Amino acid sequence: MAKWTSRHKAIERNVTILAVLALIAVAIGGIVEIAPLFWIETTVKPVEGVRPYSPLELAGRNIYIREGCYSCHSQMIRPFRDETERYGHYSLAAESMFDHPFQWGSERTGPDLARVGGRYSDEWHVQHLKDPRSVVPESIMPPYAFMAERDLQFKNIADHLKAQRGVGVPYTDEDIANAVADLQTQATGDGDKAGLLKRYPKAQARDFGGAGRITEMDALVAYLQSIGTQVDFKAAAAQEQPK
Amino acid sequence: MIYDSLRRIADSWGLVAMFVLFTIFVGWALLPRNRATNLKAARSIFEEEGHSDV
Amino acid sequence: MAGIDCVSRAGIWLFLALVLFAACAVSVDQAFAVHMALCSGVALICAFRAMGEVGKPEGLAAETGYYDEVIRWGVIATVFWGVVGFLVGIVIASQLTFPLLNLHYDFSTFGRLRPLHTSAVIFAFGGNALLATSFYVVQRTCRARLAFPALSRFVFWGYQLFIVLAATGYLMGVTEGKEYAEPEWYVDIWLTIVWVCYLIVFAGTIVRRSEPHIYVANWFYLSFIITVAMLHVVNNISLPVSWVGSKSYSAFSGVQDALTQWWYGHNAVGFFLTAGFLGMMYYFVPKQAERPVYSYRLSIVHFWSLIFLYIWAGPHHLHYTALPDWAQTLGEVFSIMLWMPSWGGMINGLMTLNGAWDKIRTDPIIRMMVAALAFYGMSTFEGPMMSIKSVNSLSHYTNWTIGHVHSGALGWNGMITFGALYYMTPRLWGRERLYSLRMINWHFWCATLGIVLYASSMWVAGITQGLMWREYGSDGYLVYSFAEVVAALHPYYLIRTLGGLLYFTGALFMTWNIWMTIAGKRRDEAPLTTAAYDPARDHPLKPFAA
Repeated sequence: MAKWTSRHKAIERNVTILAVLALIAVAIGGIVEIAPLFWIETTVKPVEGVRPYSPLELAGRNIYIREGCYSCHSQMIRPFRDETERYGHYSLAAESMFDHPFQWGSERTGPDLARVGGRYSDEWHVQHLKDPRSVVPESIMPPYAFMAERDLQFKNIADHLKAQRGVGVPYTDEDIANAVADLQTQATGDGDKAGLLKRYPKAQARDFGGAGRITEMDALVAYLQSIGTQVDFKAAAAQEQPK
Repeated sequence: MIYDSLRRIADSWGLVAMFVLFTIFVGWALLPRNRATNLKAARSIFEEEGHSDV
Repeated sequence: MAGIDCVSRAGIWLFLALVLFAACAVSVDQAFAVHMALCSGVALICAFRAMGEVGKPEGLAAETGYYDEVIRWGVIATVFWGVVGFLVGIVIASQLTFPLLNLHYDFSTFGRLRPLHTSAVIFAFGGNALLATSFYVVQRTCRARLAFPALSRFVFWGYQLFIVLAATGYLMGVTEGKEYAEPEWYVDIWLTIVWVCYLIVFAGTIVRRSEPHIYVANWFYLSFIITVAMLHVVNNISLPVSWVGSKSYSAFSGVQDALTQWWYGHNAVGFFLTAGFLGMMYYFVPKQAERPVYSYRLSIVHFWSLIFLYIWAGPHHLHYTALPDWAQTLGEVFSIMLWMPSWGGMINGLMTLNGAWDKIRTDPIIRMMVAALAFYGMSTFEGPMMSIKSVNSLSHYTNWTIGHVHSGALGWNGMITFGALYYMTPRLWGRERLYSLRMINWHFWCATLGIVLYASSMWVAGITQGLMWREYGSDGYLVYSFAEVVAALHPYYLIRTLGGLLYFTGALFMTWNIWMTIAGKRRDEAPLTTAAYDPARDHPLKPFAA
């Protein structure tokens, strides 16, 4: 016992030992808790339909992040009756597997957006983003009219795809080579639409509100219209059952 | 596979090891023989120089 | 730096300024260019300052006292950033009440100002408070002069640069999009460098101590510094799109990113806002009460339980999400267990006043600290309760969370910091007492009333939201649209703004009080009691031979 006491006295007196012990204590929790999650793909199979973002959607998503939309909007529907009725099918882990970073959010100052894609028309989104209270009088959302004025910066969009590939998103060389063209095609509706749809199934290609130009508004609306639409829940119902 | 085995460690031996380590630390703090040391440490912030124990 | 002469030092700074200027010139986006220009300017100023030392005699006489200059700056920075952070808080609270205040600029929208508010109060106000008090406490408890004074100056000014880069970045839309970890990759790298230097200064001072025992406050500070380093590095691993651009992509995605983020986010609360501030509590409360901590052994139990339990509790931010169920349950169990050490610590702090309870009436600084501990107890009870899954199903995504965070931040972190600032200021500037002790009372009542308005309005707002969202009519349909719930919250948002205004007013009293104390003025007023201060006893000892 005397030996133990003297040893602990050493802990108290030795700053290195104290630091290392504290680090071990805090690291164990983190490792035990987080590490298993990194092998999660082995048990959670990817769901059919989930694909990487198209270049235009990715650019729109970056605007979503830039403006801090996640401060007020969640993208995570919990499996409760009221939430699935209000917003749609509850969110699956696989649906955010290409989200670097995730945007689940923590507050619903505004409504959840996990299944906002296809709910409203492009015109509604543009009007709502320019002047939220003109379509929803109770809204407290800031106005984003400046997005319609600003041309989208997409010259280096291929670099963004490369960086995404660097963190594990399976973009092919072909995707990267066609990034700028795909973006233009999707934002205007003109160009190699077949190629775009082959690379990004179900991608919607049209003028989203930029009125001839490719603006930040186009990109953001294209992203919003794509959220939560990749998985076809009527067809995918069987996949949720254990095999 | 790795996920399963890590998970198993996480909610069994990982927890036990943490608990044992924790008990040792707390048990030591509560040892009666350390009462004097603790008292001295608590008062140390009020002492002036001149005290050089050890 | 001591080994390098001032001419080479100036050369290094100049070279750095040129490199940063080049980075500014070739940057791929405007925000990155602005930041590099800013850093380049700072490096130039450093170069000129180093040049200015040419011709001055080398090697100043060895100082014998505590190194307090950096702490004085820290006190000023804490007050300054506190006022800024509270003010931005009022602005964004007003924006939720009156959305017209978002104006029509991009930089003035709620989405960009909100991270500015959270970072300003947590990292700028709280961070500077931790820097200043940790340097104060580690010197006094170890009875040793701060190790590496030059490095400590670098830590302080480097940290201010981090704050400025982060804050201006938010306004320009530079963000990683992860709450409380918004700064982009290059700002993260800078903070890592500063933080490692912080660890070196702090641990170096402990090594040089002339007191055999390491006082428990330093354990808390040390675990805070180490853990924050670990959390910061892991959570911010990301790949930049370009080495001369601001945008980067998180290395993790989806579920993994969510868990890593809330492991970070929750422990930022646990170690930045709890362990670090408990270090403050374990020194300043006994000193101001002029009696040793109630139970030293309880403080050790408190320390180990806190750091063993806290690190596991993160998943309670992700209940009922796509996170695996076992991780959620683990988070819930550990969060509930956390209640015990938290209250152990609170009782330990409060009972320090055992036998001197009259000080709550007579000593306004003690009253501030006791209120801080009471709010700590309240929010550490509320927290575990909210981590219970059935409670969380109602409270998550609502303003209840906002109310909970603020009862902790305004009540616990704010009040204990104010107490520590009031304690340190006269001692650091060699004043007999503060400008005014009565003014602390005004501050106390403004702050307390402000918190009560804030926490109660947000609690009611949160319950209202939670219940309205899930309300079903007899026809089997949801009763309220989302917009109706938003409209119902308006009065609570207004009350919250008023609460914030009151809290801010209190902080202005403190600013005035500390300003006048530094100026050496004393308000003519009926006396109140405070802890006595003897400058002759406040100095380092000869190093302890281990």
